[in-house]
Amino acid sequence: MSQPQLWEMPLHALHRLLASGAARAEEVCAAFWDRAAEQDPHLHAFLSVRPREEVLAEAAAVDRARAAGTALGPLAGLPVALKDNLSTAGWETTCASRILRGYRPPYDATVVSRLRQAGAIFLGKTNLDEFAMGSSTEHSAFGPTRNPWDLGRVPGGSSGGSAAAVAAGLCPAALGSDTGGSIRQPAALCGVVGLKPTYGRVSRYGLVAFASSLDQIGPFALDVADVATLLGAIAGPDPSDATSARVAVPDYSEALQSDLSGLRIGAPRELFGEGVDEDVRASVAAAIDLLGELGASVGECSLPHVGYSLDVYYVIAPAEASSNLARYDGVRYGPRAAGDDYVSQFAATRGEGFGAEVRRRIMLGTYALSAGYYDAYYDRAQRVRTLIRRDFAEAFERFDALVAPTSPTVAFPLGSRVEDPLAMYASDICSVPANLAGLPALSVPCGLSNGLPVGLQIIGPAFGEMTILRVGAAFEQASDFQGKRPPMAVLGG
Amino acid sequence: MTDFEPVIGLEVHVELRTRSKMFCGCSADFGAPPNTHVCPVCLGLPGALPVVNRQAVVYAMRAALALHGEVAEETRFDRKNYHYPDLPKGYQISQYQHPISTGGHLDVHRPDGSVLPVRIRRLHMEEDTGKSLHEGVPAGQSGVDFNRCGVPLIEIVMEADVHSPEDARLTLQTLRTIILYTGVSDVRMEEGSLRCDANVSLRPAGTTAFGTLVEVKNMNSFRSVQRALEYEVRRQTAALEAGERIARETRHWDERRGITFSSRSKEEADDYRYFPEPDLGALRIERAWAAAVSATLPELPEVRHGRYVAAGLTAYDAGVLVEDPPLGDYFDRVSGVAARTACSWVTVELLGRLNARGESIGDTRVSPEWLADLVRLVEAGTISAKQGKDVLDVMVAEGGAPEAIVRARGLTQISDEGALSGTVREVLAANAAVVSDFRAGKDKAFGFLVGQVMKATRGQANPALVNSLLRKELES
Ligand SMILES: [Zn+2]
Repeated sequence: MSQPQLWEMPLHALHRLLASGAARAEEVCAAFWDRAAEQDPHLHAFLSVRPREEVLAEAAAVDRARAAGTALGPLAGLPVALKDNLSTAGWETTCASRILRGYRPPYDATVVSRLRQAGAIFLGKTNLDEFAMGSSTEHSAFGPTRNPWDLGRVPGGSSGGSAAAVAAGLCPAALGSDTGGSIRQPAALCGVVGLKPTYGRVSRYGLVAFASSLDQIGPFALDVADVATLLGAIAGPDPSDATSARVAVPDYSEALQSDLSGLRIGAPRELFGEGVDEDVRASVAAAIDLLGELGASVGECSLPHVGYSLDVYYVIAPAEASSNLARYDGVRYGPRAAGDDYVSQFAATRGEGFGAEVRRRIMLGTYALSAGYYDAYYDRAQRVRTLIRRDFAEAFERFDALVAPTSPTVAFPLGSRVEDPLAMYASDICSVPANLAGLPALSVPCGLSNGLPVGLQIIGPAFGEMTILRVGAAFEQASDFQGKRPPMAVLGG
Repeated sequence: MTDFEPVIGLEVHVELRTRSKMFCGCSADFGAPPNTHVCPVCLGLPGALPVVNRQAVVYAMRAALALHGEVAEETRFDRKNYHYPDLPKGYQISQYQHPISTGGHLDVHRPDGSVLPVRIRRLHMEEDTGKSLHEGVPAGQSGVDFNRCGVPLIEIVMEADVHSPEDARLTLQTLRTIILYTGVSDVRMEEGSLRCDANVSLRPAGTTAFGTLVEVKNMNSFRSVQRALEYEVRRQTAALEAGERIARETRHWDERRGITFSSRSKEEADDYRYFPEPDLGALRIERAWAAAVSATLPELPEVRHGRYVAAGLTAYDAGVLVEDPPLGDYFDRVSGVAARTACSWVTVELLGRLNARGESIGDTRVSPEWLADLVRLVEAGTISAKQGKDVLDVMVAEGGAPEAIVRARGLTQISDEGALSGTVREVLAANAAVVSDFRAGKDKAFGFLVGQVMKATRGQANPALVNSLLRKELES
């Protein structure tokens, strides 16, 4: 095999090239920008890409700084993509919704400033299901993203644009957000690594809220080492987010070992149950065997209430969303529909601005919070959520990490679930529990089923990112998936 | 005909005078050009998150403790969801299930000396909304100013312990004074930093069930609270006597027309879909923190009132001093003189002169120590009361210590018996007719003779001495 192209390389390899002077940031950024320009028309991973000269000018500035001997951040000169629900000052942030078309935030999300501080260069904003509500990126108001492994299939969602962009080599890293699996499920379906950190590990300031008690920002990359680097750059307390945890950020690169001896890993049987495809189950079972070979002691366990996860999630998430999305009235930003008075203008703006899935969830959530229904739905869901949290806490008394499939199926065909909300919601069955319990969870590719990637999910205790990164890194090095990329011929690469 | 008893419950909003807003760092100051004290958080921009202002929590605690409320060990914020153009997030961050304080009471002192205890149900924190602008915007449009949006408020909900419109006004005034003492707000109704809604119902006197509640809003002064409630009681009484049913509704007070009018039917209860604010965790209030805040509270009005009455002031005078903390503070520094005397000099003589000049107690040239000196000069007889008032005129207008003014103007009172006896004899000799009137039993004649002596000494004679010398001469 010949020398890999720049766009095929993970962040750490690119970083070494830059640090050693073997490549310039300008070349690296140009390689990805050109790759995106060439391939994105097939994928529609990006909603907006910054002008080439702007990107290259920033990269050239990094090259000059490096030449001048200036101390540089860990991501200096490396291109990163941002899910388009992360606020970027002066740069359109649409959440893939018509209601935010043209909205340019006056401020940067905390993660955006932190990546900038680390030296990252932003390439573009990636596609998503409108307001991150969906599991296929088909609910984008601006058209779906396609899966680079099979253009007839979905990339997963809601961070499908970020996952597809990284998988196809349009950028070596991206940020997404995960409310019920929106990082892990597309990472699994696109064959890349994705991490949802512990709730509170990463500041949500500037992330356009979907469900505030569940949302968490996290990275996508080609391998676990890169995910660890990105997490280190964005994690940590933020005075602007009262829910960000005052917990010190460890050096996540220390997690990257190849040995798992002494580690206790549990497999909760409820996450392997009904709805999980046989191929996926087999692939994950083989992955678990491999973890045992790497020195971990693996055992089965139970999370008795986790079976209620989807029910709980589809009460709490829409309830919070119905309130979070109340602000889109066309008064201060976004397109405003005509109307005779505030109420009619408000109704028309929202009727035209929101897509069907968003409207559906607003209605579900409004209903769940209504007087007379609050106790039966929202309050009850919160109480079951507490039980689920407790199940995990008990499991983590016996195990250091839990493993499960990330998604019950591989990537499904475009259009196959879009008319069937319940089938679409079932895509989240394995990923939602970690959000309800606020736990960190990593998805690592663990094999192919009929040419489509399968993801292994590794769930840790709160702030146990070190442990799950360690499991992921060890698994990745031993697994034969390492280095597998989408069949580029399909993309004309 | 049945007698009806009004049942009145007050809900009061107080704007806290913190430097910054409740959930962001924007200035909470008044009067800036529209939309200049705003940021992503208080504009409700997508992705922005609230962070609780600690000073606002301390202020809410101060108010709660001054009202004898029980500060919660753990308090939470909730979202109150409704749509309005001045509410940028589509919800107001408020407190529903776990307010910062529950319980408490205040004692209302009526002018007749009786006391009305009013219980407080709860006190909670919330953020203010923006303000619709109808002036300075093109015709057919309306604007919104978000400068007030996010300014911290406390809402105080009282039990329906009030049974007359006058008591309602007195209750509100008492509450205002208490809040004023805590220093957390300037509590000005006209400027909206104190807002009052009232729930009014009527029931046959002697019964305990509640009638249909009518909520009255838009009362912008203490007087309008009383007037609006008087109107509402008359309206409801007439309706009930005519056999009509009272509608559950919200009514607005129209100050100009002196009536309330229906603004919204409440047949369907408001559904604000409250739920815990997920962007803010529970706020733990350690007992030590609450105790530390409590320790910083000043002497409260109730206590001060008691102190003044114990010192010999009438309830009325005590009330005057208590309701105006700077005046009370001034009075407290007029030391070494009898409380009643000091009070009259402060509230009648000094305040009258200041009012006439458009000055306030805070910027007068007369220090309380000098006023005390002046009172002592009069009490000791060094100068007469009349002279004292003249000296005060000078002190108010030009400043200066009373002794210096007395010396400079030669105002000392003639208390020398020898010097006065001569004048007394001269006056008697010049007014023989009046003297015989007095001897004939006309008591009034005596006052005339005193006046003549004072006139002859240009007011410098010690009146008590003049009295005794005159009597001695006349009876000899
Ligand atoms: Zn602000």
